[in-house]
Amino acid sequence: MDFERYISKDIAWCPGCGNFGIRLALMKALEELKFDPRMVVIVSGIGQAAKMPQYIGVNMFNGLHGRALPVATAIKVANPNLLVIAESGDGCMYGEGGNHFIHTIRRNPDIVNIVHNNMVYGLTKGQASPTSVKGFKTPVQTDGVILEPFNPLAVAIALDASFVARTFIGDIEFTKEIIKEAIRHKGYALVDILQPCVSFNKLNTYEWYKENTYYLKDHDPSDKELAFKRATERGKLPLGILYVNHNKETFEELARKGDKRPLYEYEVNFEKIKEMINQKTL
Amino acid sequence: MKDICIVLSGEAGQGIQTVEYVLTRVLKNSGFHIFATKEYMSRVRGGNNTTEIRISSERVRAFVEKIDILIPLGKNATGRLRDRITRETLIIGEESFIKDAGGEKIEVPLLEMAERIGNKLYANSVAIGLVSGLLKADRETLKLQIRKQFEDKKEEVIKQNIDAALEGYKRGEELSGRIKVSLKRDDAVKKECLLNGAEAVGLGALAGGCNFVSSYPMSPSTSVLVFLAQNKSDFGIVVEQAEDEIAAMNMIIGAWYAGARGLVTTSGGGFALMEEALSLAGMVESPVVIHLAQRPGPATGLPTRTEQGDLNLVLYAGHGEFPRVIYAPGNIEEAFYLTYKAFNVADKYQVPVFILTDQYLVDSFYNLPPFNLDDLKVEKHMVKTGEDYIRYKLTENGISPRGVPGYGDGLVKVDSDEHDEFGHITEDFTTRVKMVEKRLKKGEELKKEVLKPKLIGDENYKVLLVAWGSPLEVIKEAISDIKEVALLHFSQVWPIDNSVAEYLKRAQKVIAIEGNATGQFANLIKAVTGFEVKERILKYSGLQFSVEELRKKIEGVV
Repeated sequence: MDFERYISKDIAWCPGCGNFGIRLALMKALEELKFDPRMVVIVSGIGQAAKMPQYIGVNMFNGLHGRALPVATAIKVANPNLLVIAESGDGCMYGEGGNHFIHTIRRNPDIVNIVHNNMVYGLTKGQASPTSVKGFKTPVQTDGVILEPFNPLAVAIALDASFVARTFIGDIEFTKEIIKEAIRHKGYALVDILQPCVSFNKLNTYEWYKENTYYLKDHDPSDKELAFKRATERGKLPLGILYVNHNKETFEELARKGDKRPLYEYEVNFEKIKEMINQKTL
Repeated sequence: MKDICIVLSGEAGQGIQTVEYVLTRVLKNSGFHIFATKEYMSRVRGGNNTTEIRISSERVRAFVEKIDILIPLGKNATGRLRDRITRETLIIGEESFIKDAGGEKIEVPLLEMAERIGNKLYANSVAIGLVSGLLKADRETLKLQIRKQFEDKKEEVIKQNIDAALEGYKRGEELSGRIKVSLKRDDAVKKECLLNGAEAVGLGALAGGCNFVSSYPMSPSTSVLVFLAQNKSDFGIVVEQAEDEIAAMNMIIGAWYAGARGLVTTSGGGFALMEEALSLAGMVESPVVIHLAQRPGPATGLPTRTEQGDLNLVLYAGHGEFPRVIYAPGNIEEAFYLTYKAFNVADKYQVPVFILTDQYLVDSFYNLPPFNLDDLKVEKHMVKTGEDYIRYKLTENGISPRGVPGYGDGLVKVDSDEHDEFGHITEDFTTRVKMVEKRLKKGEELKKEVLKPKLIGDENYKVLLVAWGSPLEVIKEAISDIKEVALLHFSQVWPIDNSVAEYLKRAQKVIAIEGNATGQFANLIKAVTGFEVKERILKYSGLQFSVEELRKKIEGVV
């Protein structure tokens, strides 16, 4: 099997959209890591980014807006042998799903969380997203956005997320390598991917990202304070792996006490139920 | 029915639940039939909570208003019970606790007796002993149950509690002449189990193969979550307290997708947050089991009280049209068997299945023969996928074989968007129509498994009572001596079959009895069968029906 089989051919993305690059990077990462598509699940929410699993030949759970993370967490714990990727846009993961974002980091399931961050709402046609820059004008935010943008990396690092990275889809090769690292990492891995929205964001263009990002060099990702500093700096946005904590147990290890069997293999012990009922006679 | 009704009354935090727990076991293991139910305030300390324990020679399963013996465990413990205290009510306890009450007062210095043995804290053990003595319960059983209750404590503390109980027992025995009713005992009762509705739901979930529960705590449903959490290691259950009900329901759908058997347990307000994901389950055709223990709303309402006000909520919850099943257990046995069944039905038809209980049912106990598990089995309907597997294959009855990722050679694609047979997003109108019809066909198929309503009482009825869920046992007792009256009780409230109209037409008068203010089930019957149940006995104070009030109201109509 390959990752091009069993996919929807009717691609709903705009020509020039960063989603194409992300799809390519993700499929290449899976190929290079030699994953069996049958053992991969992509869980997504709603939005243009969330259509990703429609176009990749793996298992798909295209759920509700904002709700990809609880679904992904449950799939991982119900069958720890699966590679589970939760993928959606900035509005879905950081806005509608903000509470799940926080608590999934706390749980630390061994999943990859890919967020397409284009700083705008695409599918609903151009309103502000949680990551839109201040002053960004839209048909709804008519005076420009008046809120501070949400800083996903800083929030994730503050919560001691076990892997925090950011890439820019202008560099597909780099993005692919970061995704590979995220997949290899044991624990929750956030990959925030900057991308332009060619239809609705005329501010944060390919050119803008090139001018406003930089690659982390000589950065020690085990240094949490440094990672936090980089994540919260004003000015250019850092690209690369900001923070890694290898010393965290995963949700499924703790919740299942190391048992990796899929839950569908479980059989009920009726003798034990009988015993429990008998206890109630005493 | 020959029975004695004892009420314990005190503040939250005074140990009333411990007294109830130990006392019900002492009495049951002495051969008495037992029923117990509690009502409590939404607070951790103070206020006034009561527990009613009925003791009888025969099976007893319903709440009564009368109080034969009242044991106040603190000050201000009798005022709220004023209307239930009669001249015959024996009120036993500390002078300062009983002085303001009516009834026949017997002063027993529980605190002083406890203090003499070693500690004022033993007063509850004195009270347990006192009631045991009054009813001449088995002394050895009393000692054993007190020991069990305090087994984590130092031997000295255990012994002193036993001494305190025996001291209470002695005083109780002396007073036992004041009890006018003499109750027979039955050794067979000793072999029966004591369960409450929450435990029955929990055990039913275990028997249904539940191995994943995710919920957010909410009274009165939390006890099911606690039960499963406490037994998770023995059964390999994943238990996750989610950040909110939205996450809980989405997790459970994810769990079923990966092959687990998941449950959420919640109350009306929590379920309101799950509605969006309920609709998701409808669209992706995921099995899901929802236990909803009702409490009075709207909004926060009366958090620890009871009501049957959420039938419409679960019936119509979720945007869009999709089938569902709603069970409403009438008693503890049904809470067990229907929860068990819910998992198999959810899996077979790939639909949400509700267990609709309420505070009264989950918090009530009685003795019952241990469940027969011999015929129970976990029916797993998932299939191993072939390479060309498609998730939403159109079939005759609307049910497509359900694969799970990683089991077989196929890919499992599910989508909350309208989708084609592959599970891919589509806006093709022809496909849309096919998929809507496919989902609704399952609803038709489900009708084959509808539980028929039970007719209880006089088969040649002139008056037919219609009820659903937890008032079952209360109504049964209320009409046990009334001729030409029968009860038609529904333990499944959706789907219902329109054949029920036949029962209704045979009656001269039909009366709906529901624990809500609008007669939601009567309205549903009208919608399904066209039969209008005009007369309604409705209660929405936050308390369950009592046997006496129903008897009076039904007699008034007959």
